[in-house]
Amino acid sequence: MAILINKDTRVVVQGITGKQGSFHTREMVNYGTNIVAGVTPGRGGMEIEGITVYDTVAEAVEQRQADASVIFVPAPLAKEAAFEAIYAGIKTIVIVTEHIPFHDTLQIISYTQKNGVVQIGPNTFGICSAGQAKIGIPPNSIFTPGPVGVVSRSGTLTYEIVSNLSTRGIGQTTCLGLGGDRVVGLSFVDILKMFEKDNETRAVVLVGEIGGRQEEDAAIYIKSMTKPVVGYIAGKSAPPGKRMGHAGAIIERGAGGFNSKVESLKQAGVKVAEIPSQVADYIADLLK
Amino acid sequence: MKLYEYLAKGIFRTEGIPLPEGGVAQTPEEALAIAKDIGYPVAIKSQVLAGGRGKAGGIAFANNEMEVINESARILGSELKGLRVGQVLIEEKLKIDKEYYVSITVDNFIKKPIILASSQGGVDIEDVSEEYIVKKVVDMEVGVYPYLGREIARKMGIKGELMNQFSSLVIKMYDLFRKYEAELVEINPLVRSGDKLIALDARLNVDDDALYRHQDLPRIVEGEEWEIKAKALGLSYVQLDGDIAVMANGAGITMATLDLLAIFGGKPANFLDAGGGAAVEPMAKALSLLNDTKPKVIFINIFGGITRCDDVARAIIEVRKSTDFSAPLVIRLTGTREEEAIQLLQENSLSAYKSMEEAARKAVALSKPSSGCSGGR
Repeated sequence: MAILINKDTRVVVQGITGKQGSFHTREMVNYGTNIVAGVTPGRGGMEIEGITVYDTVAEAVEQRQADASVIFVPAPLAKEAAFEAIYAGIKTIVIVTEHIPFHDTLQIISYTQKNGVVQIGPNTFGICSAGQAKIGIPPNSIFTPGPVGVVSRSGTLTYEIVSNLSTRGIGQTTCLGLGGDRVVGLSFVDILKMFEKDNETRAVVLVGEIGGRQEEDAAIYIKSMTKPVVGYIAGKSAPPGKRMGHAGAIIERGAGGFNSKVESLKQAGVKVAEIPSQVADYIADLLK
Repeated sequence: MKLYEYLAKGIFRTEGIPLPEGGVAQTPEEALAIAKDIGYPVAIKSQVLAGGRGKAGGIAFANNEMEVINESARILGSELKGLRVGQVLIEEKLKIDKEYYVSITVDNFIKKPIILASSQGGVDIEDVSEEYIVKKVVDMEVGVYPYLGREIARKMGIKGELMNQFSSLVIKMYDLFRKYEAELVEINPLVRSGDKLIALDARLNVDDDALYRHQDLPRIVEGEEWEIKAKALGLSYVQLDGDIAVMANGAGITMATLDLLAIFGGKPANFLDAGGGAAVEPMAKALSLLNDTKPKVIFINIFGGITRCDDVARAIIEVRKSTDFSAPLVIRLTGTREEEAIQLLQENSLSAYKSMEEAARKAVALSKPSSGCSGGR
């Protein structure tokens, strides 16, 4: 088991003919992801990495029964791409694109919510159910199948932590990036609920950062969880009022600070690592 | 991007939001001309992108020509919260009967626009107790209609004709919020002066990612010297006050790197995210910029995924050839093409750590005067 995606998930790549799209299609195929189609308007009939390209997502759904989509199209066109995927009946969309205007994101979210679509991102590395399927951009080599669920707001930091886990022989069920923007489709709580239900997941790693109050909300839910959670929060030394790379990583108007997140998580029984490598130490202890 | 008050007010005016009469001046003479035009008393407001201007001495009042000249001369060219004042807004000084607060922003949790309003205006909204704050979520497919404005007004204790004025104001604010793809539209305080509601202050923060669709807006450059230079290079950079310059790839890991340095007793000098798939050229530029900031150490922390470690190594080697590196380098590389990278570095008498923590400790040690370590790593 794993959450949200598995080896049977049928993926269409929107923006497959672009530089990012084609590169990551090859990587996803190499990982074993069931990529069934690509879409680039006007390029229907082409083949990229052995994958047939269609002009519309609806056609990819009709011809190839795609049920998940990954969006690599440039920011100005990402809203339309997401709308098109939802319109075509796609039930899981992963929006890798960064710098999408946030009013566009609000509209995308409004449409996904109305249609019961799972929206991962924007500005996410995507999702990987270890050993089964990867939708997005993380390096293939870091994942190992195993009992730990990982949910995060950042990319490379997650690779660092997952890689530490794998190096120590601790595998993962599913690793998922919520996205670094201030408004994204899923929250920590949404994913924690899925890990709590997933039979194979025995412990969860939560990688948060400054900005917003997602971690505080997660802490409230964690109190009711039966599975242990290990946390790490980035941004301890971040000054208020500054965006730390991610649009969502900002302490503003007295909210979103480091201490409130760490304290809330600790109160909920989460072991919060002070440095990234401690996450694997804590998980190793928990799984003994 | 934050707009200066006078620019935000210019936009508010075109939308029909009631404002005090006024104009912007760069010299005391210009200030005087505007004051003569609108009549005394006037308010003189420094135009800087910082809150709390009043307390910091950035707002003054004048009852005659002499006071306008003196006060605007004092404020113009002065520093307010570290920002140089280049312009002042000269406005009619209103009689204030009551101060309110109203803003439109997005609730990150509900993921919808939200209107915040309070009968306790003129102070920071975070200092107002919850019971005095009215919150209304906006369904974007419906938008804001007069009934929503009237309902907010009712909860704020605004009655009669003022209720209609408030309602019309909120609709205009929402129109601006959508039209300019704002992160924040705020009026604090919104004042009642006699039988009128007037926006005494105005804030409009526009989403940076949407600026390409708003060519009509001026581009406001804010930040410290290096932040402005980095922004021009397209880098995600934040100036800090330490002496260990940092370059990493990815926002989360860059933050974690700063935290690690601080935990080990070091002082990071900056946040610099070279990005997920950065190539040789942009990374070389980033390193060159860090070198120009004259740090004690430059700490490069790369987890190679999409970013290839050998590209990072090439960028480092290139920059060291073309510029005179004053600070020692501490390099941590792991992941994609790590072996090639390490070989390249070794050929150029450089070495790299594999562990982020070991490398961070080394960077901290090199930043301390007592360490006796010199460059050359």
